Amino acid sequence: MPMESLAIDASHLARRYGRRWGLVDVSFQLARGKVMMVAGRNGSGKTTLLKILSTAIRPDAGGALVGGFDVKTQREEIRQSTALLSHYSYLYESLSALENLEIVSRFIGGQPPPAVLERVGLFDRANDPVSTFSAGMRKRLSFARVLLQRPAIAFLDEPFGQLDPQGFVLVEEVVAELKRGGATVVIATHQVERLARIADVQLTLESGRVA
Amino acid sequence: MAPTYRFPRLPHALVALGVVCLLVGSYFGLFVAPPEHYMGNVQRIMYVHVPTAWNALLAMTFAFGCAIVFLFTNNWKWDARLEGAIEVSVLLAFLLCCQGAIWAKPTWGVWWDWDPRLTTTAVLLFAFAGILALRRFVDDPVKRGVWSSVATIIAYVDVPIVYFSVRWWNSLHQQQSSPATVSSQFYLPLRLNAFGILFLMSGFIALRARIASRRLESELAPPQQDLVGELA
Amino acid sequence: MIAALRKEFLLQWRTRAQAVAIFVFGATSLLLFSFAIGPNAAALRQHAAGFLWLGLLLSSTLTLSESFHAEMENRALEGLLLLPVSPRVLYYGKALANTIQLVVLGIALVPVMVVLYDAGTTRIPTILLIIVLGSAGISAPGTLYSAMTSQARAKQTLLPLLLFPLIVPVLLASVKSTSLAILGDPMEQGRSWVALLIAFNGIYWSLCGLLFDRVVED
Repeated sequence: MPMESLAIDASHLARRYGRRWGLVDVSFQLARGKVMMVAGRNGSGKTTLLKILSTAIRPDAGGALVGGFDVKTQREEIRQSTALLSHYSYLYESLSALENLEIVSRFIGGQPPPAVLERVGLFDRANDPVSTFSAGMRKRLSFARVLLQRPAIAFLDEPFGQLDPQGFVLVEEVVAELKRGGATVVIATHQVERLARIADVQLTLESGRVA
Repeated sequence: MAPTYRFPRLPHALVALGVVCLLVGSYFGLFVAPPEHYMGNVQRIMYVHVPTAWNALLAMTFAFGCAIVFLFTNNWKWDARLEGAIEVSVLLAFLLCCQGAIWAKPTWGVWWDWDPRLTTTAVLLFAFAGILALRRFVDDPVKRGVWSSVATIIAYVDVPIVYFSVRWWNSLHQQQSSPATVSSQFYLPLRLNAFGILFLMSGFIALRARIASRRLESELAPPQQDLVGELA
Repeated sequence: MIAALRKEFLLQWRTRAQAVAIFVFGATSLLLFSFAIGPNAAALRQHAAGFLWLGLLLSSTLTLSESFHAEMENRALEGLLLLPVSPRVLYYGKALANTIQLVVLGIALVPVMVVLYDAGTTRIPTILLIIVLGSAGISAPGTLYSAMTSQARAKQTLLPLLLFPLIVPVLLASVKSTSLAILGDPMEQGRSWVALLIAFNGIYWSLCGLLFDRVVED
């Protein structure tokens, strides 16, 4: 496949946690504009893979090109066009939803926070501190954070986690929207059936390896 | 699989050579050199104290060098050497403080006299011991290597600053002569001991670095093909 | 950079109750020091500067470890680094915010010192300058080390263990120059201590800024 149309080109990625290897010899390619679902049980390495590709952590072996940039040596460039929805909410508990988003937009520009808050259904809680939010609301806010960045490649780690059925619909809508906008989306989940409709590609991990 | 070294017995040879030099040098220093004019036999501790001081500074400088090289090259050999160098530095600094106290008691009647060099050594002892503690409390080898290198660089840069500040601070109190004079008639025991400690120190650092290397190898081992997920 | 500072001030403002608690801690330590010496007015006055700075130093460990607490709760720091935001910018923002917090604390403790130790002085600008320089000297390496220790085990013990030997020059210089400001400076020695503080700050603000991105990257 020619380089320009590849969003991700991973080869022999591996990552260690203490004495345990969370990811071993993972290689794959993903074309631009596609939606890839990474499936697997808990502990299979999905989160590790997303964290490596989004440059949150380094691989201990192997390498990958994300958007044409190397995850080991060109992390800043990758970060400019990617966004990660992580297990951690990346939020400040003592600040309000709006303030959390404003911090992001002050650093990188991007869409105005109120619009994004409305999109995820948190507009009426904009000025409440995050410490009063339920788990589902925090997830929505983290989603808003990702949308704010308008990424070319979005990494979503368990986007359905903690959400109610309305939230599920929101996730599907947002993924479809991102795809329509030409973004590449990588989603780690174990809700395979829900995403099977919109996913173009599926990668299954088992005990850190490609199954 | 045991690692191969170019000179496998070199550290042991260094340690043996160091012991020999120290024994000979100490013999000369204790029995052959004439007693110093003003301080008498107490001054003989200088034959060990001064070489220890030189080598302590050398060990810390070596640690500083290892830290910088490791940060630039990410080569694990240097992290292993850093670990050895920090441990030996702590040991030598501790010995220095003990020797200083042993000298101070009969001379000034107190165990500690706030001499700028000794006080700086005490501060450095705590600083480097702190770095050792840091290494113990960090499990991830990458973070451990990077953080202890950063901490070593910061601590070493502080050495001259601490020395000058303590010297100014102490100069406002009574002037005390520092234990620096050595019987000029006999530099031989001094040089012998200096080399003795140098060899001992290098041997210890090398041996310690090897132990650290082996541990690092098992921590950083690549995934084995036959094991899935969990490594024994 | 402005964005980083704004974030810090917003966070500090929201958690201002903690600042009050830290002030109480500092004031209490000053009280305890005076009990350790006893009701000897002359001795208390003589050592007032030392107690002030010891109190400030002990309180600084609380301030510094708190400063990364909010960042580590939900890994907010990682979130910012992925935006991308330059680690250096985040470091200077935090170190500056920590300095300001310590300066405010120092200023608040001065009246406590004056009252408890009868250590009044008219050289207010000098004392202010020393508090600023000393706080900056503690903050620069302190922010770097608390970034490390907030991710390690035994974080409460590790931070003072690493930080205290390092800032001995800051402590000496601050105590000496404050003492001279309170008790009188017939030989104009205060100037050289202030120069030492400036040199320390110059070296460590640049060095720690350089090293910070190695410390937080994963």
